[in-house]
Amino acid sequence: MKRQALGLLACLRATLLRELQIAASSPGKIVNPLMFFVIASALFPLSGRLDLAVLGSIAPGILWVTALLAVMLSMEGLFRSDFDDGTLEQLLLSSQPLYFHLLVKVLGHWLVTGLPLVVIAPLLGLLLNLPAAGYQPLILGLLLGTPTLSLVAAIGTALTVGLARSGLLLAVLVLPLSIPVLVFGAGVVDTALNGLPVAGLFSLLGALLLLAASLAPLAIAASLRISVQ
Amino acid sequence: MLAVDDLHCERDERVLFSRLSFDVTPGSLLQVQGANGSGKTTLLRILAGLNQDFTGNLYWQGRPRASVLNEFQQSLFYLGHAPSVNRTLTPLQNLRWFCALQGYADDSAILAALTAQGLAGYAEIPCHQLSAGQQRRVSLARLELTAAALWILDEPFTALDRLAVAALELRLSRHAAAGGAVVLTTHHPLKTPSPLSILDLDAQRPEAL
Repeated sequence: MKRQALGLLACLRATLLRELQIAASSPGKIVNPLMFFVIASALFPLSGRLDLAVLGSIAPGILWVTALLAVMLSMEGLFRSDFDDGTLEQLLLSSQPLYFHLLVKVLGHWLVTGLPLVVIAPLLGLLLNLPAAGYQPLILGLLLGTPTLSLVAAIGTALTVGLARSGLLLAVLVLPLSIPVLVFGAGVVDTALNGLPVAGLFSLLGALLLLAASLAPLAIAASLRISVQ
Repeated sequence: MLAVDDLHCERDERVLFSRLSFDVTPGSLLQVQGANGSGKTTLLRILAGLNQDFTGNLYWQGRPRASVLNEFQQSLFYLGHAPSVNRTLTPLQNLRWFCALQGYADDSAILAALTAQGLAGYAEIPCHQLSAGQQRRVSLARLELTAAALWILDEPFTALDRLAVAALELRLSRHAAAGGAVVLTTHHPLKTPSPLSILDLDAQRPEAL
């Protein structure tokens, strides 16, 4: 094979591929947040004498809160190994556009940590007696909301990657920023259960995603530059 | 190539170096010396653009570096303390990504570079199964894959065996002879055919002046 010049898209694909290969070789990172999501939501029906109807009505909130915490849990590893082994320095010093590489890196991370949550959420909805009208808004909402959560959490991860133990600090930094997604995400399911139109709330979730996708990489880049100093 | 003018850096209220000025010219090998904690790594990170915590001016090809940052980064190869090798990936996967960051794909060049580092047959083995010295060699295989003119290497001889040290010394002088420049730190006495300039940070500290 001869040397082949790559365009920006092919370079970004290499970053995405690298992210997926790393995930494939350490499956624990994929499974842990998923297990947390399943176990935490499955504990609610066992935790008291909840009326089935009551359980169904709080199911959207339970699923969204546990999904948010599962995303937080998965994010700590996003830049950790790259920071420790020096790869991050290579990325920061490369003449490639950092903005797109970071966006793709978070996308890759979401594909292996966020997307499985979306896929398994309907099963947990069944466990929590979520009424039939709630499934479609739940899945669509998580599909729009979890990437936003990943992007926002990535800013916090980038800021704290230089610290040895960042768990609680990360939560304190990121959880307040995640609240709008949580409110609209759980709200969209609630609204659908009450038979009201949900298009407006979906638009808000979509707008949050676009906002996060366009601004978060800038904040992540700036945070990483501070962290590697 | 890279001109440093009036560089001053403090860390934790301790002056590491002050009024430091030097030029890195094409064909030069510059060895930064100093005791542990004298600021060698800090200086290298400032030169590479990773550390912004300094005062002074840096010029790349005669122009302020900040104004030609992209050009500078295209001409820079930096290797820090850490080998920049992901332990769960194979050498081939690691180097493919490195090449993609340089904007090209070329598996045969990667395999040739690995072979030159004595890693033929290790291309598909996860790096965590390799020894520290072998991981360092994976890292150094990059020298064959980059077109950068300025190499900034922080302790590149760490964990290498005697033969690899000699090969690397030769590689560095070959780069200098081809018009490139190398700035490096090492505690190992360098034996290179090319002329070597030495920057001693211990002599640069204000109390020594």
